[in-house]
Amino acid sequence: MNVQAWTFVLVTLSFALYIGVAIWSRARSTGDFYVAAAKVPPVLNGMATAADWMSAASFISMAGLIAFMGFDGSVYLMGWTGGYVLLALLLAPYLRKFGKYTVPDFVGDRYYSQTARIVAVVCALFVSFTYVVGQMRGVGIVFSRFLGVEIHVGVWIGMMIVFLYAVLGGMKGITYTQVAQYCVLIFAYLVPAIFVSLLMTGIPIPQVGFGVTVVDGSGTFLLERLDGLTRELGFGVYTEGRKATLDVLFITAALMVGTAGLPHVIVRFYTVPLVRQARSSAGWALLFIAILYTTAPAVAAFARTNLLTTLANQPYASVPNWFRNWEATGLIQFEDANGDGLIQYTGPLSSVPNELTIDRDIMVLANPEIASLPAWVVGLVAAGGLAAALSTAAGLLLVISSSVAHDLLKKSFHPSITEKGELRAARTAAGVAVVVAGYFGINPPGFVAEVVALAFGLAASSFFPAILLGIFSKRMNHYGAVSGMIAGIGFTLGYILYFKFLYPELNDVEHWWLGVSPEGIGTLGMVINFLVATTVSRFTPAPPREVQKLVEDIRVPRGAGAGHELSA
Amino acid sequence: MTRRGDRQRYWRTNLRYVFTLLAVWFLVSYGFGILLAERLNRIRLGGFPLGFWFAQQGSIYVFVILIFIYVRLMDRLDRRFNLHERKDR
Repeated sequence: MNVQAWTFVLVTLSFALYIGVAIWSRARSTGDFYVAAAKVPPVLNGMATAADWMSAASFISMAGLIAFMGFDGSVYLMGWTGGYVLLALLLAPYLRKFGKYTVPDFVGDRYYSQTARIVAVVCALFVSFTYVVGQMRGVGIVFSRFLGVEIHVGVWIGMMIVFLYAVLGGMKGITYTQVAQYCVLIFAYLVPAIFVSLLMTGIPIPQVGFGVTVVDGSGTFLLERLDGLTRELGFGVYTEGRKATLDVLFITAALMVGTAGLPHVIVRFYTVPLVRQARSSAGWALLFIAILYTTAPAVAAFARTNLLTTLANQPYASVPNWFRNWEATGLIQFEDANGDGLIQYTGPLSSVPNELTIDRDIMVLANPEIASLPAWVVGLVAAGGLAAALSTAAGLLLVISSSVAHDLLKKSFHPSITEKGELRAARTAAGVAVVVAGYFGINPPGFVAEVVALAFGLAASSFFPAILLGIFSKRMNHYGAVSGMIAGIGFTLGYILYFKFLYPELNDVEHWWLGVSPEGIGTLGMVINFLVATTVSRFTPAPPREVQKLVEDIRVPRGAGAGHELSA
Repeated sequence: MTRRGDRQRYWRTNLRYVFTLLAVWFLVSYGFGILLAERLNRIRLGGFPLGFWFAQQGSIYVFVILIFIYVRLMDRLDRRFNLHERKDR
């Protein structure tokens, strides 16, 4: 069987599995729909969180980004995992104790204000829609390359599948589908990584493999060889950073805090039965994520070494098959500027002009082919990439639909709605969100990982400070929280729009404020949020006594919380 | 329900745990992985420059361990103050 046939079989099988799981676990009540009736065991919740969280950006783009950025790619590794420590220590247990359905629920009740609730809904919708765009582009890439269909057809197929299990199953369906998707995606990620590690270093554990010597008997360490190649070709040394330290700090912080503030991740901690399980499920989630996140830099180093040795200064006439395949999609482009028939593949520091352009997003998908692995491995990677993209898309759609049905309808504009009506509204909202997300998947505004990185800045500058202050400061009132959220997200959004959409030609270190890139600006937005919130709250009345009691109450796992038990 | 003073002691111990663990979190990521990475890169761990290893491997392992340490510490603290949840919820 060839690659296409294998892909078709494996993708169809995995989709059948997800839909079967969704039908088996479909939602019957709003409690089922929003938080899976808070009955998910912590290890499974950790797995679902990992799948929910690891998106097309993690699966498809991240290793590619690291392969091309080298040491500087570490911001994504540390940023996207470090946030779980904040989540486990600062947010998850308290939000679980509070025990409602959504993040705006917490913000609205804690700040005893409909304005605060609606600001939080707007932030949640904004973050989720920004994020979902990246997923849809990922689905499009996978389908167009492996099934040979147009990108928009691929997006349509993906949207129909998500629609089926997100709308039918709600959080309960999504949770168990995500457990299945985690298994598919991690298996799909590890198999080629282990193969490649064995081929290149003789060690089956990729995490160890990229720190040992290559198998050619020369006795050089893989990373030494890679450093040598990158230096020689003018890319800058692989294991050394080139970005400004301040910007690296800001980007890492924005990704960490953004991770902790993402509504579709936070809501996963409402789905376990006990507060202590909210703590441990954050640990399980990070453990399952770490399996992929410690493999990714190894994949990156292997892929980059392979790429440079097989392509740099080789004759174009004799390039391998995978090169031609990807050339056909336009994601690899070669232009023989000097007409010598050789591929001059050089970096910005080299005096020889570069002739080869490679889209970073293809690195993971092309890796098995580059290492000449069997066809079924290539198909498996396609299925894994789809699992990653679809599980995250489903989680985000749920946040969108519960924000609309629960926070806007039930809690704000139409409190008399019946449970059945609310459930129907949630499903309709999910349906509309699927269509909007599909539109953006067909007309994507940019790079997968870049767009996703922006969603983090927005989450970092809006939710994180509001939730943190809501738990750790009894004095914080709604004046402070609302003005903080508006100032934080307003500043961050303004900065990003200015450099990314209004004046993209000015988007470089010289014009950035304090040398902070749009990817890292969420950190500053967060600081502004904290400052504005604390200052404003100091000059306005303290929150009412019952709210202060609520804060005391969520700080302990048990007791006095009759009003805050989960009403499933 | 426990008395007010107990709750305060419980909360203060919790804050101390959080603060200590976050100090380690800060040290391995922002410290070893970013600020001191260049200097640490002169030391080698097998084929890895040490700063690079912390940035791309070590800090992630430490993050996982930190969360599970917190889980253990808080489980013990909950029990000590009789604030742990019962199974019958």
